[in-house]
Amino acid sequence: MMSELYQWDRTLQPPAFTPDYKTSILRSPRAPLLSLENTLSEVTGPVFSHNEIGELDNDLIRNYAHTGEPIGERIIVHGRVIDENGRAVPRTLIEFWQANAGGRYRHKKDTYLAPVDPNFGGCGRCLSDDNGYYFFRTIKPGPYPWRNYVNSWRPAHIHFSVFGSGFAQRLITQMYFEGDPLIRLCPIVKTIPDRDAVERLIAPLDLNASVPLDTLAYRFDIVLRGSRSTLFENRLEGN
Amino acid sequence: MPQELSYLKQTASQTAGPYVHIGLAPNRAGFDIFKNNFGDVLTTPDTLGEQIILEGLVIDGTGSPMRDALVELWQANAAGKYNHPNDTQKKPVDPSFRGWGRSPCDFETGFYRFETIKPGAVLGRNGKMMAPHVSLWIVARGVNIGLQTRAYFADEEAANAADPVLNLIEQDKRRRTLIAPRSARAGVPVYRFDIVFQGENETVFFDV
Repeated sequence: MMSELYQWDRTLQPPAFTPDYKTSILRSPRAPLLSLENTLSEVTGPVFSHNEIGELDNDLIRNYAHTGEPIGERIIVHGRVIDENGRAVPRTLIEFWQANAGGRYRHKKDTYLAPVDPNFGGCGRCLSDDNGYYFFRTIKPGPYPWRNYVNSWRPAHIHFSVFGSGFAQRLITQMYFEGDPLIRLCPIVKTIPDRDAVERLIAPLDLNASVPLDTLAYRFDIVLRGSRSTLFENRLEGN
Repeated sequence: MPQELSYLKQTASQTAGPYVHIGLAPNRAGFDIFKNNFGDVLTTPDTLGEQIILEGLVIDGTGSPMRDALVELWQANAAGKYNHPNDTQKKPVDPSFRGWGRSPCDFETGFYRFETIKPGAVLGRNGKMMAPHVSLWIVARGVNIGLQTRAYFADEEAANAADPVLNLIEQDKRRRTLIAPRSARAGVPVYRFDIVFQGENETVFFDV
């Protein structure tokens, strides 16, 4: 069954040009985006299967452990991928990446003075289950400085990439942690024009999902564009 | 107070940042972690259709390549059928072709590059055929929300002239930003598609 997606909610989504996040100035289109109704090209998208994902891909504590376990706070991150109608987005690919506990990325272009952790890669992935549920285990990332203003610091965060069912649902976002005072200072967070939309990127501590004497948990739900049940004519395919 | 609608609110997008490679292409970040990596080669020897290369630069407002950008591609197979259950056109799926790829720009040259096949035409809205095209999604440091565009093929002149999406673009000059010229390298057709963020040749991006 094919149905069109609800439009991007531009009251919640960051605009391209956000001068306080300086890098966006030269990396944002100047002409207006061309509004386009969905076609098959947008309501279809890649399908992934479990055999493309490794057994440890959702365990960042173990998936790059060479000489021991990584340093830092052990955490579980879990939640659901759903759409604006509250429907589960099942079997969708979710990828995540982050800095280590000291705020350093395992990336050849990161030169921050905090050390690389020999046992931490900082990336993982999984498929959501039939109910849109996902989970992974990792180390809580540290904050780090970056060159926006001279004294700009990123709040601790985990990057998320999600597919959904149609290619026009494709989303990259960042999850923040409850209680971090750097969130409200961050020029990247502040590209989002709606205060509640920022709050929805902040994962609360979820003590019930923690493993006692072992690992804390945070909950992070992701809402993708919903799709329309067409009440009258559906001319998407034209027949 | 009227009744309340019960829709949930979309999760806001945030930039992919400079280290997007760690999550989406760790081998390009400089380490090896997954057994299976998603990449820029969409074809196998079994894939039906004309094998092509689609490549280009992603260019910022100063005219310089954005060497840390990442491009994803989604397309139909040679018969013009998407490998997805929402595509109900009566056309064959090619089991050896998913139609999706991911290419981080090269840190030295700035080029993204896909090895794929030229797609067939897909039925668009209101019964009008769309010219063969691929959908592209671009993320990078400084890009707050992924940009969507399409690449069309210069040698499909008649189909492009009738394409309902290209024909929505008012200025001819802007329409041309979506059409990739064709050349050849070692006998393989190469389509060049630069994605230009600002200036005279700014690419048409879609709100779709």
